Amino acid sequence: MRQYCWPSETRGISADYVAALAGNPNTGKSTVFNALTGLNQHTGNWPGKTVLQAQGYYRHRGKTALVVDLPGTYSLSARSPEEEVARDFICFGQPDVIVVMTDATCLERNLNLVLQILEITSKVVVCLNLMDEAERKGMKLDVDRLADELGVPVVPTAAHTGRGIPQLKESIHSVALGEVLPQPKPVAYSRQLEEAVRELEKGLQAVYTNGLSRRWVALRLLEGDYSVISAIRRYTAAEGKQGD
Amino acid sequence: MGMGTALNFDELKARGQKLRERLGTETQIQEEIVTSIFRRAEAIASRVTSQSETRSKDWSKVVDDLLTSRIVGFPLMLLFLASILWLTISGANYPSNALAALFSAVEDRLTLLLLHWEVPAWFHGLAVLGTFRCLAWVISVMLPPMAIFFPMFTLLEDLGYLPRVAFNLDSIFQRSGAHGKQALTMAMGFGCNAVGVMAARIIDSPRERLIAILTNNFIPCNGRFPLLISLAALFLRVGQMKYGTALASLSVAGMVLLGVCMTFIVSFILSRTLLKGVSSFFALELPPYRRPQVLQVLIRSVLDRILFVLWRAVKVAAPAGALVWVLANVNVNGMSIIDHLAGCLDPVGRLMGLDGFILLAFILGLPANEIVIPALLMSYLGTGALVEIESLTAMRELLLARGWNWLTALNVMVFSVLHFPCGTTLLTIRHETGGWKWAFLAVLLTTGTACLTCFVIAQSVRYLQMLL
Repeated sequence: MRQYCWPSETRGISADYVAALAGNPNTGKSTVFNALTGLNQHTGNWPGKTVLQAQGYYRHRGKTALVVDLPGTYSLSARSPEEEVARDFICFGQPDVIVVMTDATCLERNLNLVLQILEITSKVVVCLNLMDEAERKGMKLDVDRLADELGVPVVPTAAHTGRGIPQLKESIHSVALGEVLPQPKPVAYSRQLEEAVRELEKGLQAVYTNGLSRRWVALRLLEGDYSVISAIRRYTAAEGKQGD
Repeated sequence: MGMGTALNFDELKARGQKLRERLGTETQIQEEIVTSIFRRAEAIASRVTSQSETRSKDWSKVVDDLLTSRIVGFPLMLLFLASILWLTISGANYPSNALAALFSAVEDRLTLLLLHWEVPAWFHGLAVLGTFRCLAWVISVMLPPMAIFFPMFTLLEDLGYLPRVAFNLDSIFQRSGAHGKQALTMAMGFGCNAVGVMAARIIDSPRERLIAILTNNFIPCNGRFPLLISLAALFLRVGQMKYGTALASLSVAGMVLLGVCMTFIVSFILSRTLLKGVSSFFALELPPYRRPQVLQVLIRSVLDRILFVLWRAVKVAAPAGALVWVLANVNVNGMSIIDHLAGCLDPVGRLMGLDGFILLAFILGLPANEIVIPALLMSYLGTGALVEIESLTAMRELLLARGWNWLTALNVMVFSVLHFPCGTTLLTIRHETGGWKWAFLAVLLTTGTACLTCFVIAQSVRYLQMLL
């Protein structure tokens, strides 16, 4: 059993794995959160931030899953407190799996966040929500093809009717416990940028990045986003203190 | 290891900067990254989605055109608000009276029990007439309207109506020099002003954010709605008046309108004096309409909002009841403390069409607005004859006996909408703006507005009465 304790709180929940719910606003994230956890919820703060986030738990196949509902964001650029909370939790909260909620009726816009998260971690399940609405609008979605293009499991759901929730739990379970190892296909940039990334990645090999994808850290360094570095320092220091 | 990490990162930063020289500026790289991700998303989306047939008519667009139309958009908003209030007022009356009767019966039993145990009179006063009564009023007056209003408000929110409201109000906010997103923080204020103040974080510009924070309190929150609703019901409905309920709902809707107008006026003044600047633009997404999940909404609003707010009120109400009882029953120089205090405030109160007890009740209600009415009743009762409040009608009798008329009720409602933020909201303002300065300004701004408005109403009504 893993004791998962919010540093800002005394209360902790023993969970076998931690799943974070990320996604754009208005994708039915809270509905999925409610469908997964029922009434086993409470709200808490991620340390240092006052953006409230809900957490809850459920049991599936004899394991306890802790679900953390991250703020709804369009990107992870850390320009607003919500984006920062979402990014910091994905990077440093050590979730075992990240469920990215998407709205099936406007997939294109939602995929931006999915692709950004896939640059950070491969432990991702994409939840294609609001399938019933898409069907009503006469849209057809090739779920297998999407899973293939992204390289991660994709689960179609209609959360407010409960459709697809058991399959979602199953997918979360298998990715969190490493039974399924997603192989995301990275977004390819221009040749020059890719070369620079590779160069920097080499330098990052010797550095402790707190389990973060080196490619992602290299990209942030190149675009001049140093908030990531200070975040890595902050969380590394915090963990050092906890270890004492 | 920590030291090594830090060193290496600085080195890497330098190396990254050198590499960047070959690639272009930071912005160019950011753009390249964003564009590449967008293109990939576009490519994947087009490969996996296909549209089978175009639907003849998109009904949600028709509804949107209606709800956000220039002509009927505003009347529809008012209509929704008034109907919710109508349902609340007509629905809350019966459970309110039932609860009051129940508590009154419990109070009798408690009194008998304490008499049987022969406890001293002061203990009975403190425990039953002070603490218990205040608690009972908070619950019987506050709970029913809250239990009806908030689930309905949440249902509208769930339907996707709130973003349309923001859309409608956007242009007025722009003209007031504020941010269009303020419509959303304002809507949050209906639930709780502290939450509304916190929600102002969605506004990026510090200037516009401060305007949103300072004016949020003009929206009557959870804790003040029941005061408005019960006073409106008391003075417009109880007297067997025709259309009483409709009138009461309209007057509460009018109070909300007053708060919203004050928000615009004060925002306008702030953006031209203390917080000068022009409004920034933003994109607002109108989410699709969704069927609200009625059961989910009911459960969550009972668990989260009603119980939470009630608990907060109870926590404050019990000690406040005890405090008011002590103030009303400890005599100094032959007069109770509360009479002394109310006496000091009375001249100021009279100028605004209120009285000293009312102002004192608002001050006692600083920790939580929910206890203003109970504290007021307590202080009226504590000094006068001991009447038991078994129903709303009895409450009306008591207020009339203390010289209330429709003008007093109106001004109490106006003052409640415009007066200083509650303790929690003030703490939140301090926290959000990083100091007491802005919290203090918020108190000054709102209380000033409240006093001025009440003064103008009271004096002009008196002037008109003299004329007639």
